[in-house]
Amino acid sequence: MSDTVQLLLAGLGTGSIYAMVALGFNIIFKSTGALNFAQGEWVMLGGMVAATLYAAKVPLAVAFVVAVVVAMAVGALSERLVVRKLKKPTPMSITILTIAIAICTKSIVMLTLGKSPAGLPSFSESGPISIAGAVLETQSLWIIGIAALVMAGAGYFFNRTVLGKAMRAAAAQPEAAALVGISPKLTMSLSFILAAAVGAVAGVIVTPLTLTSFDHGTILGFKAFCAAMLGGLGSLPGAMLGGLFLGLAESFAGGMLSSHFKDAVAFVVLLLVLVKWPNGLLGRGQVEKV
Amino acid sequence: MPTQPRTSSFAGHRLDRHRWTLFAVWVLALVWPLVAPNDYVLSLGVYFFINLILIASLNVIMGWTGQVSLAHAAFYGLGAYVSGVLNTRWGISPWLGTIAAIAAVGGVAAFVGWATLRLRGPYLSMGTLGFSGILSVLFVELVPLTGGPNGLAGIEPYEVFGYALDTPGRFFWFAWLVGALVTWLLINLFCSVPGRSLRAIEGSEIGANTLGVNTFRAKVIAFSLSAGMAGLAGAMYAHFNQFASPETFGFFASVLLVVMVALGGVGSLWGPVFGALVLTCVPELLRRFQDSELLIFGLCMIVVLLYLPGGISSLGQRFGRARQRKHLVKEADPSKPLRNLKMESPNGTVGH
Repeated sequence: MSDTVQLLLAGLGTGSIYAMVALGFNIIFKSTGALNFAQGEWVMLGGMVAATLYAAKVPLAVAFVVAVVVAMAVGALSERLVVRKLKKPTPMSITILTIAIAICTKSIVMLTLGKSPAGLPSFSESGPISIAGAVLETQSLWIIGIAALVMAGAGYFFNRTVLGKAMRAAAAQPEAAALVGISPKLTMSLSFILAAAVGAVAGVIVTPLTLTSFDHGTILGFKAFCAAMLGGLGSLPGAMLGGLFLGLAESFAGGMLSSHFKDAVAFVVLLLVLVKWPNGLLGRGQVEKV
Repeated sequence: MPTQPRTSSFAGHRLDRHRWTLFAVWVLALVWPLVAPNDYVLSLGVYFFINLILIASLNVIMGWTGQVSLAHAAFYGLGAYVSGVLNTRWGISPWLGTIAAIAAVGGVAAFVGWATLRLRGPYLSMGTLGFSGILSVLFVELVPLTGGPNGLAGIEPYEVFGYALDTPGRFFWFAWLVGALVTWLLINLFCSVPGRSLRAIEGSEIGANTLGVNTFRAKVIAFSLSAGMAGLAGAMYAHFNQFASPETFGFFASVLLVVMVALGGVGSLWGPVFGALVLTCVPELLRRFQDSELLIFGLCMIVVLLYLPGGISSLGQRFGRARQRKHLVKEADPSKPLRNLKMESPNGTVGH
């Protein structure tokens, strides 16, 4: 029993991280139709900046905020200086450009912040607590809580605010949205900034548990793709569901079968889900028009 | 200038020209063993041909059907391991192993393709992403078969009539020949009806559908063929290197292959040649910059992608087109419409 609870809690913790990264991934997929390979690097960037600042005696909360702002600036610059310069943007060309952005981001972080792994202390000082016989790091609670807040905030933003609705409109019908005065350039910039911000938050909150280093981003980005497609590409609740599902699948596969094949089990689940529901759990098929 | 009556059809004419280019390029490549100062540089020549097959294979699925596969390095690895494991564990000849590798990788890809190509959109990317993850884990964890993280050592080289292809000098000829054969097959496919129906999918899938192309079947076959080619490249790699290690075939390697296809020119027949040149030479050239190597590479990539969207192979096309335009303007006759400049191009891409 306590084992099951332990695995459940661990799965929820990693699942929340996957869900947040997948959310950022989905935001850019919605607005450009491209797979964003830089998403994982933004997560790493957030963690690295916060850890470097904290090591330089900056208070944790300030380091957190600065890290997110830096990542937002990097997201904005990537869009402004690179993606927007593309003469004929297609999903494939943007996808490939994001690979280049990812490579550049990763190497700049390596050159400026160093190669050694960096960490952060847990957000609250109390040690591990026990729930129903399972031991839980308090940081996991922070992760689950902050992820829930970010998800709720994103839901509010995209469904209730004018700006969020404008972004959805521009993603669905760029020309029609432009006709009613929504600038496609602005919404595109915004989607990169938001995606980077969400990624950086995930990066900062996961660092106390796992440490981070310049090459940590790729694998996280990779998992986030899987989570995003499990839930259904471009769907906000899908990202949440997919992330949690992937986190739980990994945790239980690792705990009950074999930790060696943990990753493989997650991918097998992914392939099986794709065979049965090609659009993901919550994704909707697109009607193709000529 | 009076126009010469053409004996061959338009497509036939282009086919001839591609064949002659192939002949010229491959004859030129023969110089490499003569100018290479040592075995190491010569082995780069071998890797060039292996990379060429690998990148050309990805170009088939990316350029001709517009789908991005993120598992090509994993397919390459699967090819290497199938042939390598058959050879080291059961002593099966490298030749049979290579055939088994092509068949196994092609078959596995047919399944992945069947599962993910039913829908339009980036579903193949996702399926292949997951698949690449599974293979990476298996390469590392199936220790009794693959040797695990330490890699698979002691793979035997190919042998021709008792003559082992175990040095770069000997293997070069084999790689040269296989590279030529594969490119020749691709040229034929490129200009044939199945090849053109594939490329029609890249242009407009619905359009191709309405013209009677079974796009689902065509895409699955193309993907399986493409993966089989990657398997061939993998088997060649295993028997040349005589060693295979899991990190060669990771996710980042797959992404890098996608980049090489893009840098060469997506969908261009000659793009993979440039892509393979970049993949083989650039790491060697950038090595002296050490840590900033990746940054320089990333920045160059951005510049090429932004300012040369057709890839490196479109450079020649650009010059050709500019010259042709000048030429045509000079002898333009107001009573005759200008010939469509975009219909053919030296590197084989169909004009946009």
